[in-house]
Amino acid sequence: MDNLTNYLLVSAVLFTLGLYGVVTRRNGVAVLMGVELILNAANVNFLAFARFGGNNMAGHVYALFVIVLAAAEAAVALAIIINIFNNFNTINIDDVSELKQ
Amino acid sequence: MITGNIITDFSLLILFLPLVAFVINILVGKKLPRQGDWVSVGAILITLILSLSLFMTMLMNWDPNFSHEASMTWIDLGAFNVALGFWIDNITVVMLVVVALISSMTHIFSLEYMKGDIRYNRYFAYLGLFTFSMNGIVLANNLISLYIFWELVGVSSYLLISHWFEKHSAADAGKKAFLTNRVGDIGFFIGIMIMFTAIGSFNFKELFAGVSQGMISGSLLTLAGVGLFMGAVGKSSQFPLHIWLPDAMEGPTPVSALMHAATMVAAGVYLTVRLFPLFSPEALTIIAYVGGFTALFAATIAITQNDIKKVLAYSTVSQLGYMILAVGVGNYVAAFFHLLTHAMFKACLFYGSGSVIHAMHHSLHDLKDHDTDPQDMRNMGGFKSKMPITHWTMLIATLAISGVPLFSGFLSKDAILAGTLAFAQHHPHHFLLPIFGFSAAAITAFYMFRLIFITFYGSPKIPKVFEGIHESPKAMTFPLMVLAGLSFFLFYTLPYFNPFSDHGWFTELVKASNSAVPGSPTAAEIYDGVHHAHYPAMALSVLFAGLGIGLSYLMYLKQKLSPKSIANKMGILYKLSLNKYFIDENYNRFLYQPFLKLSRVVAYVDWDLYDKYFINGFGRITKLLSKITGRMDYDGLDQTLVDGVGRTAQGFGKQLKQVQTGRLQNYMLFALIGVIIILVIQTV
Repeated sequence: MDNLTNYLLVSAVLFTLGLYGVVTRRNGVAVLMGVELILNAANVNFLAFARFGGNNMAGHVYALFVIVLAAAEAAVALAIIINIFNNFNTINIDDVSELKQ
Repeated sequence: MITGNIITDFSLLILFLPLVAFVINILVGKKLPRQGDWVSVGAILITLILSLSLFMTMLMNWDPNFSHEASMTWIDLGAFNVALGFWIDNITVVMLVVVALISSMTHIFSLEYMKGDIRYNRYFAYLGLFTFSMNGIVLANNLISLYIFWELVGVSSYLLISHWFEKHSAADAGKKAFLTNRVGDIGFFIGIMIMFTAIGSFNFKELFAGVSQGMISGSLLTLAGVGLFMGAVGKSSQFPLHIWLPDAMEGPTPVSALMHAATMVAAGVYLTVRLFPLFSPEALTIIAYVGGFTALFAATIAITQNDIKKVLAYSTVSQLGYMILAVGVGNYVAAFFHLLTHAMFKACLFYGSGSVIHAMHHSLHDLKDHDTDPQDMRNMGGFKSKMPITHWTMLIATLAISGVPLFSGFLSKDAILAGTLAFAQHHPHHFLLPIFGFSAAAITAFYMFRLIFITFYGSPKIPKVFEGIHESPKAMTFPLMVLAGLSFFLFYTLPYFNPFSDHGWFTELVKASNSAVPGSPTAAEIYDGVHHAHYPAMALSVLFAGLGIGLSYLMYLKQKLSPKSIANKMGILYKLSLNKYFIDENYNRFLYQPFLKLSRVVAYVDWDLYDKYFINGFGRITKLLSKITGRMDYDGLDQTLVDGVGRTAQGFGKQLKQVQTGRLQNYMLFALIGVIIILVIQTV
């Protein structure tokens, strides 16, 4: 039970769920949640490889970095979503299709 | 100091001042006060002063061999060089004074004569252009620059003859002068080119040297000489190209005085004088006969003319013939002498006729009479009392032209006749030449006094017009008096006072140079002959002049002989003379009309055959080809290939546009699919 494959499976499930959320959710905040899941899937990978690979602290350090980055990213992304709400009066990202020519 | 040499500087100023006046007047003359006439008059007076100072220098140096040359390279093509330059010797200096003097007198005379003219400023501008070109001819030291100025003189003559171009006859006369001159100039140019081909230079002195070294000789030299002489025939209005000069009288009278009596027509004589060393004996014989014949021929026409200016015009042709005759017999110094004296008295006569016409014109204008011809002598008579200054000055000039002792014409005419007589003594088979000369002298005296008697003496023909005749204003009488004064012998014989001798500053300073053609008589030999013939010629010329004057006196003043009955008795001769020997009519019939016919045939071939079928055919074929290539290009290439590329790109764009939904999630999905595809490809 305590082998690398299981960890990677959990991580892959997390990543897929996150990706699914990012691609399918209409709510901007939900999309953000998907991104968080993807990041955490990566964290799980880091720690699993650290544990079963070199058995060193590099993975842990990277995981900490990712958590900090995720916090910053969440702050920025929420600010963007607030701006979107101010401009479009909605956070449904299907309605925010100004990029279309 | 422009060039560092005072003579060159003076010449440059003399040459270009009138040009400056021309440019100013033609561009801004109308806006200047008095329409800019003072610019022209000022420029020409400075030119006169400069010319006179050169003249004074010549007198003070008293050097018969004075010669100064200055030139600059104009075209340098290695083997082929054309230089522009001056050659100034005593002949040049005298000629410069003649041009500047007559030109300034003309300017002054015109101030009054042309007053109120619609193209007043242009008239003065053209006078400047003429003076510039004439000085250019006088100063030139090579044939090319001479030819350029020669043509410029032709242009200014054309412009001034047709000054009143609203008048059909004036416009025609200008054209006639220009085209007739062109005939002569073709010969002139051929002559220049023969000389250049043989000797390889345009410079006079190099040409003389080349001829004396025998680089060109025989019939080719004669041909070149005749070619060069043809230029003079055209410009100096010699038979058979004399027809333009009488018509040129359509121009304003001061212009006739300046150009068609004193200077421009003398350019031809000046050319032959300048180039005298180049003429072979055969060419000189032709020159002598053309000149002699013209002298007599034109004189006989002048007898019967009634237009005062026409008489003077034919007289000018005749006198120019005299000069050409003198060149032909080798006595070219006499030719130049006559050019000098003739310029003075003939300009005076023309100003006099201008003064008379001016008076007639005003009188007729006051009477509102527009039908009477102000130039017809038959409408004049008795003007002596009304126009004393004009009468006296014209009388003096007439005495001079008739060759009466104490006047300038006597000296120069005598020199010419002596030369002719001497030539005939050496070559008895050329006996016709002195006959031409002496009979022309008698006829000249006759018709000139006829003019004076009809115009100034007798009873007025139209009393009403006579009432309104007044002496002309000072600006017109002043040039008359100056030139009449210069018709006295004294101005040409100084420092001697003998009115019969052939010694004076002129004969001492202007010395003939030897002909460059090997085997020609030297200048000394010619001079010797002339000197021996001096007194017989003098006696004969006085006799003939007296004969002419006497006959004229009997016919027109005393009316002992009726001109009418004589005319009737002469019959056909009278008619020939009155109608100028039908030269114009014959030219028209035998030259112009056949030429016109030929031109029409050529035009027919050109327009209706060549253009219509050949040129237009080409046009049609080209049009057809263009249509085909046009279709290929437009419908084929453009529509399918060029537009096709565009359309394809457009179509793709339209399709691909759909992908751009603007939803970030879609883009992400595409990226995901892309990654999956790449992964699949890599694993496979």
